[in-house]
Amino acid sequence: MSQVREYVERRELLTNLVLRELRSRYKRSTLGWTWSLLNPLSSVLIYWAVFGVFLEVDPPVGDPSGQDNFVLFLLCALIPWNFFSNGVMQSIESLVVNAGLIRKVYFPRELLVASTVGGLLVTFLIELGVVIVILLAAGNMVLPWIPVILVLVALQTVMVVGIGLLLSAANVYFRDVRHFITLIMPVLFYSTPIVYPITTVPETWRIAGRSIPLRDIYGFNPLVRLVTAYRDAMYSLRMPAWDTLAYIAVWAIGLLLLGQWVFNRLDRRLAEEV
Amino acid sequence: MSAAITVDHVTKRYRLYHERNQSVKAAIMRGRRARYDEFLALDDVSFEIREGIAFGLIGENGSGKSTMLKCMARILRTDAGSITTRGKLSALLELGAGFHPELSGRENVYLNGAILGLSRREIDQRFDAIVDFSGIEQFIDAPVKNYSSGMYVRLGFAVAINVDPEILLIDEVLAVGDQEFQNKCTDKIASMRREGRTIVVVSHALPSVRALCDEVALLEHGHLIRTGPAEDVIDHYLTEILSIDPAELGIPRRATGEIHLDGVEIIGADGRPRPEPTIGDAVTLRFHFTARERVVEPVFGMSFTSSDGVLVTGCNTMTSGIRMVVEPGPGHLDLEIPRLLVAPGRYHITGTVYDREHTTPIHEVGDLHAFHVAEGTLRTSGITSLGGTWRADA
Ligand SMILES: Nc1ncnc2c1ncn2[C@@H]1O[C@H](COP(=O)(O)OP(=O)(O)O)[C@@H](O)[C@H]1O
Ligand SMILES: [Mg+2]
Repeated sequence: MSQVREYVERRELLTNLVLRELRSRYKRSTLGWTWSLLNPLSSVLIYWAVFGVFLEVDPPVGDPSGQDNFVLFLLCALIPWNFFSNGVMQSIESLVVNAGLIRKVYFPRELLVASTVGGLLVTFLIELGVVIVILLAAGNMVLPWIPVILVLVALQTVMVVGIGLLLSAANVYFRDVRHFITLIMPVLFYSTPIVYPITTVPETWRIAGRSIPLRDIYGFNPLVRLVTAYRDAMYSLRMPAWDTLAYIAVWAIGLLLLGQWVFNRLDRRLAEEV
Repeated sequence: MSAAITVDHVTKRYRLYHERNQSVKAAIMRGRRARYDEFLALDDVSFEIREGIAFGLIGENGSGKSTMLKCMARILRTDAGSITTRGKLSALLELGAGFHPELSGRENVYLNGAILGLSRREIDQRFDAIVDFSGIEQFIDAPVKNYSSGMYVRLGFAVAINVDPEILLIDEVLAVGDQEFQNKCTDKIASMRREGRTIVVVSHALPSVRALCDEVALLEHGHLIRTGPAEDVIDHYLTEILSIDPAELGIPRRATGEIHLDGVEIIGADGRPRPEPTIGDAVTLRFHFTARERVVEPVFGMSFTSSDGVLVTGCNTMTSGIRMVVEPGPGHLDLEIPRLLVAPGRYHITGTVYDREHTTPIHEVGDLHAFHVAEGTLRTSGITSLGGTWRADA
């Protein structure tokens, strides 16, 4: 609770740190902010070419939207994924990168993680805006679903901040944390139905005479639930299942509490170790 | 007066790792984190800093001064004990503030102000004062990574003092930058003191600590050796720990105080007080003093300083071969001046009494008396007159 109060009290600083994040991100680059749209564009093109065209992944037809387009199907999951992956990777580094500040002035260091995620959140919202425009152009009346999308964005942000707190503090003490996460990020990417529909995953998987309920196991992954929920709201234009929303919320809050707890424990020696 | 900072049984340990590379593999192999030794940087230190004073932390390199300051600033957390501070605190640590190298000076001012707890509007109001104080207007929109270390410190200092802290912590930074900027800082610190703010400085420059600070704490290897009035502690440090004569550093030894100089009376040729003499007058400067005990052959000295700080002249009883014994109680000593040949203007008299070797001060007063010399028939320019007379020989 006191943490929440601290965030509120220092919101001015948080805003400042987010602005600093945004300003310094594309400093000295000619295209500047255009990069934040060019990057996702390039990955969309690659995945569309490889999975949509060469491998002929067939996107499911949106129900009730009737939408049947691989690129749109991809965008609705890829853009949230990028926020997740960039958020985690950059917040891991957020303390080490700001060692100069941590060693010189006192302020709640959680704000460094929160502001890193905050900066990316701004980009994410812009990207979502672009995706919504594209969806509207393609005839998907997504506007009524915006509140649902915003709830998902909020839950995802809480989740990313939680993971960021956990890993950033750990990374100060063990610098391998970053390398380890770099390693498992692609694993997470491909084990989440982003470039393929979840229906491609077999219900059960037979191996060595035993059958494994693969689809159910998938369901445990909060990222799978999150991506599914985004697709429900944006691609299919339907309400995500309540249990899915609840499941995501429990993970998000659980990760935030865990992250804050670990962060508080590791924060003590931060200025010496960073 | 209440305490601005209370340091209560503070202990701080640093970890010294045997292998610096922090790897999970090493941790897993060993079943825990890298092995380390603990280094006790502060050992059960307690003292209080009263509100509104200037407090100095002195001690040799590595004695824990910076560590103490960082604990006060909450940058480091203590392992045992506690530090309580009252009021908004702003710290300027070694090598300047925490600036982001890619951002401009302007953006960093806003960022640092926000870190120190100012709202955007408050920073807007102070922005001009900050830039003005730092003296780097032309570079305020350049990224700070292009700044010289002097510019860096200037801007850092300007921010740290303009956030209106009730407590200001300064670590060695005043040693950087040119003389002019140092003077500016010293003035600013003095004016902050007058406003009743608390200032804590860490410095190697003992003369300036002595000039600036009311009280000082002396640390050695993380232990608090002594705390108290600046003079006492600095003298103790110099003589007991560094074993050097304070005079060698240009620090006068502490006055012993057997004789107290009370004031100066100016007496005219007619034996009556003449507080405002005229150039060319015959006057007597009567130095009144009170002796606590009998002093054999003290050396009295005096000097004249003009109002713009120029030393006009100085003399003492030793060079004049005067030997005297001062008995307890009030007394006086006269300096007879046949012709007062200083230009009209305002003068300050410094008075000193030293022991018979002229090494240890008994009492020194920088501004014992101030008086005005009036214009007379004798005309002169500069600060003195030779008292000569022009004669045109036919
Ligand atoms: N981050 C650190 N890790 C390990 N030892 C440190 C660290 N910082 C300072 N020390 C050690 O602690 C002691 C006190 O340092 P410091 O407070 O900087 O002294 P001072 O400012 O009086 O010169 C020194 O011996 C120094 O080597
Ligand atoms: Mg130091």
